[in-house]
Amino acid sequence: MSRYAGDAEAIRKLVREAEVHRDVFVDEELFQLEMEHLFANTWVYVGHDSQVANEGDFYTTTIGSQPVVMVRHTDGEVKVLLNRCPHKGVKIAGETCGNTGKVFRCPYHAWRFRTDGSLHSLPWTQGYDNTGFKDSPAALGMTRVKNVHNYRGFVFARLNDEGPGFEEFFGDSLSSFDNMVDRSPVGKLQVAGGVLRYMHNCNWKMLVDNQTDTCHPMVAHESSAGTAKAMWQKAPEGTPKPMAVEIFVPFMSPYEDFDKMGIRVWENGHGHTGVHHSIHSDYSAIPGYFDQMKAAYGEERAKAILGEARHNTVYFPNIMIKGPIQLLRLFKPISANRTLVESWTFRLVDAPDLLLERTLMYNRLINAPTSVVGHDDLEMYERAQEGLHANGNEWVNMHRLYDPAELTQKNVVTVGTNEWVMRNTYRAWAHFMTLDM
Amino acid sequence: MNRNDPKIDGAFPSDRELVDFVLREARMLDQQRFEDWLTLFANDGYYWMPLEWGQTDPRLVCSLMYEDKLLLSVRVERLKGERTFSQKPRSRSHHVLQMPHVESRDEAANSYVTWTAMHYVETRNDEQTLYAAWATHHLAVEDGKLRIKLKRVDLVNCDAAFGNIQLFM
Repeated sequence: MSRYAGDAEAIRKLVREAEVHRDVFVDEELFQLEMEHLFANTWVYVGHDSQVANEGDFYTTTIGSQPVVMVRHTDGEVKVLLNRCPHKGVKIAGETCGNTGKVFRCPYHAWRFRTDGSLHSLPWTQGYDNTGFKDSPAALGMTRVKNVHNYRGFVFARLNDEGPGFEEFFGDSLSSFDNMVDRSPVGKLQVAGGVLRYMHNCNWKMLVDNQTDTCHPMVAHESSAGTAKAMWQKAPEGTPKPMAVEIFVPFMSPYEDFDKMGIRVWENGHGHTGVHHSIHSDYSAIPGYFDQMKAAYGEERAKAILGEARHNTVYFPNIMIKGPIQLLRLFKPISANRTLVESWTFRLVDAPDLLLERTLMYNRLINAPTSVVGHDDLEMYERAQEGLHANGNEWVNMHRLYDPAELTQKNVVTVGTNEWVMRNTYRAWAHFMTLDM
Repeated sequence: MNRNDPKIDGAFPSDRELVDFVLREARMLDQQRFEDWLTLFANDGYYWMPLEWGQTDPRLVCSLMYEDKLLLSVRVERLKGERTFSQKPRSRSHHVLQMPHVESRDEAANSYVTWTAMHYVETRNDEQTLYAAWATHHLAVEDGKLRIKLKRVDLVNCDAAFGNIQLFM
């Protein structure tokens, strides 16, 4: 029995001012509606243009449940095509990445397509004369996503032809991407180091929610970060602080510190932790790096760029970036109770290798399926995915520092343990779920 | 005192002693004798689980694990913790090793390498997951005992998406 399809009012009722109904996490019908509406009405991250540096380079991924291929067209632009042959539906690009030359060729019947999706040729064409093929959707080739935006290398797509513009959707939040890119002396990033892929038996929004949850690290991660901290405190005085200890220990910062770090809240569900200070602020300087930055930008600007130590910037619907360590996490929805988490890392072009080395260490210590931090996070998500089925109270609570005045405020900096960004996530969820209903 | 960690008989380890060491190491893991297991590592030893097929660089290419003795000790200490939530209940492991093969021995350099195909099962609650891998042990003799300089675990599906892998392969 359908409870939500076509009923925008019922969907909106799932999000109260400071509470969210559990169906948002556990209901398969809502998940299908998310794929149909939410992931079509919003600007969803596809990939980075360094993954398709040359003409004909392609990279296959998904937008929600849609298989897509991102490709560098012969005109130099990055295109996003639905990865389906218009003939029998075969996925045309089969590998994760590669180079297809000037055309894609379907491996089933050798239909060929230009890298903007348009039909190039078919073999043995006389069989299609006077059949009406010319006027069929197949003759149009692979479906191209019309709304694609490349923001400083980060490629986003909006599947629906109608909807908010890119700038309108992201607004001031793009400053976190700016800071990440500006950290390269030449203003350029490259995907580097490989991607960690971690399967989660939970709803994708639990991961989104967690990115600005500053009241969990000292609790959920006591066993990992707390153990590392305790062991470090036993090291003989004068022992050089290992990079791994620098990474782990700030997770144990007390509530007061997270309060002071601040949270910035933007519209449409975007926001970031670590406004004034963050868990990434006190890493050791990398030899030679500041001088390179100073030479590139001048001292004042270099200091301003490196002085921003934003912790997690969450972009609605399903990514998080860390500017200071050049990391992007993509929460790929698979079903209501299954999510693939991909953690991507970037090289700051022309900056010292040691920065990438630290980024990769962070990624494997915190985001790998073998990570002791990841283990405890996933344990919480999976317990929530099961626990939410309990009847009696069907609501997830987000009252921390709620003030009704926030409903009319925009672009605000607030206390670092505020659950405002989470509340905004679900307000954005209700909005973009129902935008085209 | 670490049980089953004998001194080698002669000045140099025999092939049999190298093989026995690898078998004992796996058994220690399955018996959850993690502190004993840590003592098998040289102080500058590493445990490496590559992310890429045929990976050669642990520094500028990401790995699933690339951990020195400090990080391994944090893991072992964590497993004992009262608030180690992902280990309530605890995981268990099971190794099946093919006979280890002595790949190379260089007495002058005090360097011995073994290669072992294995199946590894990790289980927790009602879930049981099978992994297939090759373990490469780089061993050296220190104070008459074999020690791990590097244990490299190459998963046959190293680039697949995994759920939690919580113990040691």
